[in-house]
Amino acid sequence: MFFWIIRRDLLLAMRRQSDVLTTLFFFVIVVSLFPLSVGPEMNMLRIMAPGVVWVAALLASMLSLGRMFSSDYLDGTLEQMLLSPHSLSMLVLGKAFAHWLVTGVPLVLMAPVLGIQYDLPADALYVLTASLLLGTPILSLIGAIGAALTLGLRGGGVLVSLLVLPLYIPVLIFGSGAVEASSAGLGYSAHFSLLGAFLLVSLVFAPWATASSLRISME
Amino acid sequence: MLKGSNLVCVRGDRRLFKDVNFSLEAGGIMRVTGPNGSGKTSLLRMLCGLSKPEYGEISWHGKPIGSLSGEYFSDITYLGHLGGAKDDLTALENLRISSALSGTEITEQDAADALQHIGLGGRQLLPVKVLSQGQKKRVVLARLLIGKTKLWILDEPLVALDTSAVGMIKEILERHLAQGGMVVMTTHQEIDIAAVTTQQLQLV
Repeated sequence: MFFWIIRRDLLLAMRRQSDVLTTLFFFVIVVSLFPLSVGPEMNMLRIMAPGVVWVAALLASMLSLGRMFSSDYLDGTLEQMLLSPHSLSMLVLGKAFAHWLVTGVPLVLMAPVLGIQYDLPADALYVLTASLLLGTPILSLIGAIGAALTLGLRGGGVLVSLLVLPLYIPVLIFGSGAVEASSAGLGYSAHFSLLGAFLLVSLVFAPWATASSLRISME
Repeated sequence: MLKGSNLVCVRGDRRLFKDVNFSLEAGGIMRVTGPNGSGKTSLLRMLCGLSKPEYGEISWHGKPIGSLSGEYFSDITYLGHLGGAKDDLTALENLRISSALSGTEITEQDAADALQHIGLGGRQLLPVKVLSQGQKKRVVLARLLIGKTKLWILDEPLVALDTSAVGMIKEILERHLAQGGMVVMTTHQEIDIAAVTTQQLQLV
């Protein structure tokens, strides 16, 4: 069941590649704009890098949140999901996982390349990638709640950012904090533990909250 | 058996209907009729458990549907007026995925056979967006051939279908009813379906 929904969403993403590429290009361009506007001051860029990459990742993953449920809502497939004998939370988890595969994973893979623009040392690049790998699934999971709550509302896109961005703050702090800590020669395992804890908590609660929000939005 | 008692539906501050009572036995069909905006779709969505009645209770085999959820969902098939077919997927993928979602996993061959039967032979591999309205409707209706659910809740299943397809749907419905299934449907078309019991629910 879980795999059917992932397969379905990946198939849809394959048929609509422009949607996937928009997110990735948005990320690449936002991250690349900073070195161009700030100028080639290596020290400053190195300090800025984790924050810029993380903020860009937040915005990029939010860009695609609106589409997570709205197309299913419009063509009636969401109704069918709500009427499925399988648990709606599992379906939602599958959808969030597919969303992460389509929007999160490309960002994680691209981040080390972009980090080079900021002259990040190799171990900082490694920490940056790992922090994104742990953090981006949380963005998809929390984002799903916002997407479900604003389903079918006019101007839902703006509302979803107001709802979701504040919830992203802890992920942002510990994600970019991990890279800064490693650059400063401090340990970053505490940051990773916290990110892991956030991931586990959102894995447990976000699908349930999203499922309840969907039921409310569809009534 | 499906039973509704004293159902009231309120949308915003407008009351669509009140005191709707019915009971549907195995082999029975209930046609919901009424003018546009009288709450037919709202009633069907209530029967599925997608929305809750303002007042009143719907029960399935004597238990309120709210307390059954998953168990109830595996007994019903709801085809709404939105359809529920993804434009970017092919007819075959749509059918396989929607069947899997509703709890019956089918092989590619089963899905191809069902589509063949419903008159989409040779078009199984086209994305649904290039099909005509009537063909899209057939993709959705093909689910009726696959599931083994007891209660079918159909919202305007005959819209956009040609006469031969209407005849085919009539046949499918009659076979389902003869096997002890139940059907609740809305339609504006005149269609005579043989059933053990036929009832009409008029909404005003």
